[in-house]
Amino acid sequence: MGDVSQLNEYEYIEGKERKSLLSKSLRPFALIFSSRTATVGFAIVSFWIIVSVFAPFLTPYSPTYQDWKAPNQGPSWNHPLGTDELGRDLWARLIYGARIVLVIFPVSSGLWLPGGTALWGVAMALLVGSTLGLISGYKGGWIDEIVMRLLDAMISIPVILLYLLLVAALGASAVNVVIAIAIVGAPGIARLVRGLTLDIKTRDYIRAAETRGESSLYIMFVEILPNTKGPIIIDAMLRVGYAVFAMGTLGFLGLGLPPPSPDWGSMVAKGREFILAGAPWAALWPSVAIASLVVGLNLLADGLREELTRYQ
Amino acid sequence: MNIKNSKVLQVENLSVSYKTRKGWIQAVQNVSFDLSYGETLGIVGESGCGKSTVAFAIVNFLGPNGKVTSGSIKFEGKELVGLSRRELNRLRGNRISMVYQDPMAALNPILRIGDQLMEVLTYHRNFSKREAYEHCIDMLKRVHMPDPEAVMKRYPHQLSGGQQQRVVIAMAMLNNPALLIMDEPTTALDVTVEAAVLDLVEELKSEFGTSIIFITHNLGVVARVSDSICVMYAGEIVERGHVGQIFENPAHPYTRGLLRCVPLLGTSKSSTVLRPIRGRVPPPERRLPSMCIFADRCGHRENQCVDKKPNLREIDPGHEVRCFKGERFLYISLRDRRSAQKVRRIGSSTCAEKEKPLLDIRKLRVYYTQKMRIGVKHIVRAVDNVSVQVNPGCTLGIVGESGCGKSTLLKAIIGLEKVRDGKIFFQDKELDTLVVHRPLDIIKEIQMVFQNPDSTLNPAYPVGKQIERPLKRFKTVPRKRVREEALRLLRAVRLGQDYYHRYPRQLSGGEKQRVGIARALASRPSLILCDEPVSALDVSVQAAVLNLLMEIQNKFGTTFVFIAHDLSVVRYISDYVAVMYLGQIMEAGPTQRIYEPPYHPYTEALLSAVPIPDPDISQRRIRLEGNVPSAMNPPSGCRFHTRCPRRHLLPDGGKICQEKAPEEHVIDKNHTIYCHLPIETLLELDPVVEMKTS
Repeated sequence: MGDVSQLNEYEYIEGKERKSLLSKSLRPFALIFSSRTATVGFAIVSFWIIVSVFAPFLTPYSPTYQDWKAPNQGPSWNHPLGTDELGRDLWARLIYGARIVLVIFPVSSGLWLPGGTALWGVAMALLVGSTLGLISGYKGGWIDEIVMRLLDAMISIPVILLYLLLVAALGASAVNVVIAIAIVGAPGIARLVRGLTLDIKTRDYIRAAETRGESSLYIMFVEILPNTKGPIIIDAMLRVGYAVFAMGTLGFLGLGLPPPSPDWGSMVAKGREFILAGAPWAALWPSVAIASLVVGLNLLADGLREELTRYQ
Repeated sequence: MNIKNSKVLQVENLSVSYKTRKGWIQAVQNVSFDLSYGETLGIVGESGCGKSTVAFAIVNFLGPNGKVTSGSIKFEGKELVGLSRRELNRLRGNRISMVYQDPMAALNPILRIGDQLMEVLTYHRNFSKREAYEHCIDMLKRVHMPDPEAVMKRYPHQLSGGQQQRVVIAMAMLNNPALLIMDEPTTALDVTVEAAVLDLVEELKSEFGTSIIFITHNLGVVARVSDSICVMYAGEIVERGHVGQIFENPAHPYTRGLLRCVPLLGTSKSSTVLRPIRGRVPPPERRLPSMCIFADRCGHRENQCVDKKPNLREIDPGHEVRCFKGERFLYISLRDRRSAQKVRRIGSSTCAEKEKPLLDIRKLRVYYTQKMRIGVKHIVRAVDNVSVQVNPGCTLGIVGESGCGKSTLLKAIIGLEKVRDGKIFFQDKELDTLVVHRPLDIIKEIQMVFQNPDSTLNPAYPVGKQIERPLKRFKTVPRKRVREEALRLLRAVRLGQDYYHRYPRQLSGGEKQRVGIARALASRPSLILCDEPVSALDVSVQAAVLNLLMEIQNKFGTTFVFIAHDLSVVRYISDYVAVMYLGQIMEAGPTQRIYEPPYHPYTEALLSAVPIPDPDISQRRIRLEGNVPSAMNPPSGCRFHTRCPRRHLLPDGGKICQEKAPEEHVIDKNHTIYCHLPIETLLELDPVVEMKTS
C-alpha cells in the first residue's frame, strides 16, 4: 500500500541530491585512481613532493656539509646514496634539490616563497600565456594576427637556445630561471587557450553575456577562462615536467642556481667527471631523479587526459 | 528470396549495456520485434530511450564500450549476435544498410561522390569500374538527383544537406539491401527538404520492396512513412502496433502523452492547451526492474504499477501494450482531449490592438561581407528590406528555412550585428548602435533566449549565480534581495529552490532551457527574442517550455519575437506570423490568416511540407524544386521565383517575377502578401491542410 508514497520519495531524493564538500574535493583523486597510468604517475610525483617537503626530517645532513674524509663514496649506512667529490651526502643534496624544484622558490638570499621554482615558472607562463591566448582568440582580427605571429616567431627558436639566451642575458638565479621558463612556456599555452577560446566564444552563453552588454574583460576572464580549466591543468602538468627538465639542463650547463645550493643539473655536471673514476653515484642519482619526476608528471597528465576523454 | 521465413529481422529479448565509469549500464532491455519483407517499422521515443542503441546493436556497431548482454537478433533466419566481425562486415555491406542523421558525417569529405558510391559496388560486389559507374548514375537518378554525372564528380561539401542525404540514401540502396536502417535521417534537414526525402523513402519502399527501420523522435514523420510503430521509453518497448492503432487508439499513457504534447498544425493557443508529460526520462541507473518504468511520470498510476512490472501484452489484434490499464485507454479518444471544450488554464492572449507598436522595424538591411580571396569580397544580404511591427504583449513568430535571415534579424535587433540600412525603433527610441554602446536601460529591456540548451548556460557556474548576474548588473533589485529574487525567478520557471546550487551538467535539456528563460526574465525585459528555443528539445519538454513562455506573457505582458522552423509550434504560440525567404518577408499577418488561403506560394509549400501526427488530417502535396539560392547573389525580381510552384498561373509564365520585386498586397488589415499573383487567384487555391470529415 505504501508503495506509491515510496515512489514519491524516490522523486524527492532525486531533487535533493547534493554533494558534500568532502566528496567534491575527493573527486579529482577518484579520477586519478580510475586510471592505472595516472595512478603510477601520481605515486612518483607524490613521492618527490613528500620527500622534499619533509627533507629536514629525512636526513641528518645539511646539503652543503662537507665530509672531507669520505669523498666519492658508494651507498653505505652513513650515506644511503653515497657522497660526492667533496664528501657531501647525495641523499641530502638530492632531496634538498627537489625542494627547490617543487617546494620553495628562493627569490633572494633572505626570502623564499612556497611553491617550487618549476611550479612558479609554469604559473607565470600560464598567467602570460592564457591572457594572450584569451585576448587573441576572443578579439580576433589584427590583434590576433599580431599576437600569434609574434608567438610563432618565439616558438620557432629552439627551446634550449632560448633558455640559454635568456638566462645568459639575465644572469643565473632562481628568479631568472622562473622568467625563462615563463617566456618559453607562454607561447604554447597561448596557442592552447586561443584554440579553446575560439570554440567557447561561439557558445550561446557568451552570446547571452554580450546581450547583457558585458565588457570584453568580463567575458574573457569570467565567462571563458573557467571553461578552459580541464585542458589547461593537464597541459600545465606536462609543462612542469618540461620545466624540471629545463632546470636540469640549465644547471648542467652552469646556468642554474649558483653553487653551493643543491641543484640536480649541476650535480650531474660535477659528478660526470668521476663516472669513469669508479664513482658514478654523484651523476646517477640526480639523473634518475630528473627522469623519474618528468616521467611521473607525463604519466599523470596522460592518464588524466585519457580518463577524461574516455566516456565521451 | 527466402519464402519459408517471411521475416527479414527477428529481434528477441534484446538487452544492451554500455560500460561507463560507474560500471555497466543497461540502455536497452528485453526489446522484441520483427519485421516482414517490405514492411516499414517506425521506432519513436524521446532522446535517451534507446532507439539508436537498438539500431546499432543490429549492425553490431555499439562501439568499444557497448555490448549485447542477452537476446538474439536473427537476420533472414541467421543469428547475428556473436558473429565474427568479418562475417558481419560482409553482411552489413551486402544485405543491411544504414543511413545516419548527419549526412556530412556519413560521407568522406576528401573523396568525390562518384568514388564513394562506386566503392560500394566494386568492393562488395566485384563490379568493374564501368558497370559500377553506370549503376551509380542510375541510382542517383532514382533518388531524383538532378544532373547525376556532375554530382559524381563533386565533393560532399559542394552539395546541400538535402542532396547529401540523397547521396547517402543512394549509397545505402546500391546493394539492394534487404534491410535499411534509417536513424533520424531527416532531423538535420529543413521541412521542405525533409518532405522531399520522406517522399523518396516512400517511393523506394514501393519500388525496391526493402524493409525499413525508421528511427525518429518526430511523431509526424513516423506517421507518414511507417506501417507499424514501436514506441520506446527508457530502453523498453511500451507499445507496438499498426500506424492507425497507435495514432487513433493509443493505449499506453506515454504514447498518449506524447501525442498530446505536440501542437498540431490546426491548433492555436486559444483553442488548445498542450499537456506536457511531467518529469523526465529516468537515467538507466534509476530504472527499477520491479515496477512499471513509466510509473513515476504517469498520471494514471496505481499501486499495482509500483508493485510489479507490466508485460507487453496484446489488447487488440496486432496491438501490444505494456500497461495494466491498456484496455481502458483504448477507446477513450484523444480527440476529445485535444478539442476546445477543455477550459484553458492559461488566460486569453494579452495581445491587443495598440496605437503604438513596441518594436517597429523599417526597411532593415543587414549585410555581411565575406572575404573570398585577397581583394575579392562578397556581400551576403542576410536581411534585405524587412519591415515588421510588434505590438506590446504580442508574439511575433518568424518562420522560414535555414539561411533565410531569421537569426540575423534577431541579432540586429539586440545589437550583435551592425545594421546596414533602415531603422529599428524600440519604445519610440531608435536603436542604431551595437549592444556595447547602448545604455543599460535599453539593454535590460531586450533579452534573448537561445536555441541550444547545452550551450545556453555556462558550465562553470551553478544555476543561481547565472541568474543573479543580470540581477546585479542591471540592479533590478537591491543587493540584499538578489538571492531572494533569483529563487523567485526559479519558481517562475517552475524549478525548485534546490536548483540554485546545481551545475548545468546536472540538469536536463528542458531544465537548462528554463534556467535560460529565467536568466532572460531577470532584468524584467519588455521584449524577449526567442531563437528556436524549443527546436532542440524533446516533444514532452517542448510543450512545457511553450506553456511556460505563454504563462510568462500573461503574467508580465512580455512581448516575444519567436523564431522557429516548425510551423505547428509557431502557429501555437504566435499572434502574428512573418514568413521569411532569403532575407525578405514573403507574407506577414495575424496567425489565423497565414494558415488559410490566400497564401503566398512559399507559405503554401511550407505548410504542405509539415509532417502532421494525425491520420485525420489530409495535406495537399506541393514540393519545391531545388535548394534555397545563395544569399550572396539572390535571384532578381521576386526572390522566390526560381522555386515558385505557382508562377505558371501568371499569364506570361511569370516573366514579371524575374524582373520586378513584387509590391505588397494588403489583403486585410495587417495581412500582407508580397507576390505578383492577383489576390483573386491566391484566394481560389484550396487550403493545404484539411480535417477529413468523418
